[in-house]
Amino acid sequence: MAVSITGQGFIDPTQEPMQKEIIDDILARNATLPGGLMVILNELQNEIGYVSATMQQYVATKLRIPISKVHGVVSFYSFFTTTPRGRHILKFCMGTACYVGGAPQLIEKARQVLGIDPGETTPDGAVTIELCRCDGACSQAPGSDCRR
Amino acid sequence: MKFFRSHVLVSVDPKSLERGAHEVIDALNDELYSQGLIDEVQVLETSRIGDPLRYGPDMMVYPEGVHYTNLSIDDVPFLVQEHFLKGRIVEKFLEKEEKVQDEELGTPTPKELRIVLRNCGKIDPNNIEDYISEEGYLALGKILADYTPEEVVQVILDSGLRGRGGAGFPTGKKWQFARVSQTKTKYVICNADEGDPGAFMNRRILESDPHSVVEGMIIAGYAIGASMGYIYCRAEYPLAVKTMNIAIQQARELGLLGKNILGSSFSFDLEVRMGAGAFVCGEETALMASIEGSRGEPRPRPPFPAVKGLWGQPSNINNVETYATVPIIVLKGAKWYASIGTEKSKGTKTFALAGDVVNTGLIEVPFGTTLREIVYDVGGGIKDGKQLKAVQTGGPMGGCIPTEYIDTPVDYETLSELGSIMGSGGIIIMDEDTCMVDIARFFMEFTQDESCGKCVPCRIGTRRILEILTRICDGNGRDGDIETLEFLSQQIKADSLCGLGQGAPNPVETTLKYFRDEYVAHIYDKKCPAKVCKGLITFSILDGPCTGCTVCARNCPVNAISGERRQTHAIDPDICIRCGICAQVCNFNAISIN
Repeated sequence: MAVSITGQGFIDPTQEPMQKEIIDDILARNATLPGGLMVILNELQNEIGYVSATMQQYVATKLRIPISKVHGVVSFYSFFTTTPRGRHILKFCMGTACYVGGAPQLIEKARQVLGIDPGETTPDGAVTIELCRCDGACSQAPGSDCRR
Repeated sequence: MKFFRSHVLVSVDPKSLERGAHEVIDALNDELYSQGLIDEVQVLETSRIGDPLRYGPDMMVYPEGVHYTNLSIDDVPFLVQEHFLKGRIVEKFLEKEEKVQDEELGTPTPKELRIVLRNCGKIDPNNIEDYISEEGYLALGKILADYTPEEVVQVILDSGLRGRGGAGFPTGKKWQFARVSQTKTKYVICNADEGDPGAFMNRRILESDPHSVVEGMIIAGYAIGASMGYIYCRAEYPLAVKTMNIAIQQARELGLLGKNILGSSFSFDLEVRMGAGAFVCGEETALMASIEGSRGEPRPRPPFPAVKGLWGQPSNINNVETYATVPIIVLKGAKWYASIGTEKSKGTKTFALAGDVVNTGLIEVPFGTTLREIVYDVGGGIKDGKQLKAVQTGGPMGGCIPTEYIDTPVDYETLSELGSIMGSGGIIIMDEDTCMVDIARFFMEFTQDESCGKCVPCRIGTRRILEILTRICDGNGRDGDIETLEFLSQQIKADSLCGLGQGAPNPVETTLKYFRDEYVAHIYDKKCPAKVCKGLITFSILDGPCTGCTVCARNCPVNAISGERRQTHAIDPDICIRCGICAQVCNFNAISIN
């Protein structure tokens, strides 16, 4: 996952009072937890929807750890995203059972209907198509997961 | 005409008759007569009510519209007195609402033996009392009262339980190693990072019977001398995380977790930690790095986790299924458990059956059950009457086993002899329409993407294999590709740091071994025998069946199909992207794939 550390073109959550409050709360609750960085990033991703470069910087400063450590973790795990995604996430499972069961055809259809490739968001910011690893719903393959 | 205040309809379909419907009717009339109700209640015969395959004679009572089921003649006097004399509905015989069919756990077939899954679908996972009523936490009480930690380890050793995460290392030995490490702080870790595509047994256990895992982990904690445990669950399983958190909370409230469990001197607590979508974190050293809040990269072993694990302390790490098996072994004894299975692999194993098989879902069979029994007796055979082509076991680090070996009894050793692995237990059934080269490419795409990048053989080797396989699937395979694949596979296997890299070439090696002709057809004849690989197939419209209905032309995403209404259409191969939509929408099977 390539990330540019500068310039994102949207309001940063650390500058926005309500979101900053959420971020501070997450940090306060987990700062002293052993191995808390993963917990913090998971909660940030869930509550804010992404972990931007400035958020990473903010977390690093608060936890008194190098930003390289935070960024290393963010970029390692596929669940963390650095930019906002669409309001709805359409996730197609690419597990073996789903792949054999016709997931590629479903994705092709979604591409045609929405006009975007997996990993992209529609211009109006409504839908992001994502591919994911096995969701563990193999007996009902092919599966997809729609959120929000 | 005579009027009755009540009418009773009794089912007299063949099944109900077999179970004594007529006798029930006679008994009803006798009892109504002796209670003096024979002029008020009329008994009638009717056809089937409800599901006669499961229950005895059924009965509908009007005007109330009450449905009684599972009746025998002995119940009749009580029923008549309660319902017709006292006017009370008898709850005991009321037809319960039909249970919603469980899509993952069907009724067990005769070949199955459910030990780990015994409670799944039967108890309420969010209610600890349900688990306790099924002898839950009895094993914990037993060991805390009567067993020394060494004795617990001995029980697990004697049972022959082996790690269900895939490698099959004896669990008792693992516990022994962690037990002998002399430090104050030790950890128990549950690996619930079930990342293998096609496997969902652990998810189901966590969601349906969370307390069995909690109890197993407490017992492990007692055995090795740990006071803290972590359950590392993947982020793709939000419900499992939620259920486990509820289970831990409830166990704490009852004093089954926390300080001085059940009044003993033993204290233990648990915490759930979530992953964030990295497959490699299923590897134990990577998993521990992830709990510590770092990048989930594996490190060389030794030192093994039992010596130096989480935060540098001795740790015992087992799979969900392993822990869930522990309580019942303690309860029923090591001897009982060791009597199930094969010589080297004891007990039962859960498998997630998926792919082109009639009954997909979770199964649990004793070790030694053959693949044929799993596919045909438990799985109900191949969908749509097609032919079985291969059985894929062990996830992306596993291999494809061809039909010749379908009578192999499944255990850890036999599967590795065939070049595959047990893995965590996903079994994917592939029918004749599956292209084995494409499957190898699919798995390599997975491992290449999920390789953490720490060691070179895995990071670069899988990339080169994927490039070659993609080339072959696109129709650009070259002479010598097969040999290069074999060479690369050996190198990656021998030199990679962790199980991901060491197992990554398995799908390629097994398909090369058992389905080499398909590789040859792709590379030298430029043909995909299963008609899957887009670069090697062409779509055309058959003159005869085509009615010129225009449905294909209207659905073609790239407008590659032309033709007049009621005339045979044609596909322009230069524009066609081989998406296959025309073949799906055609109502006359007029699209031919070559």
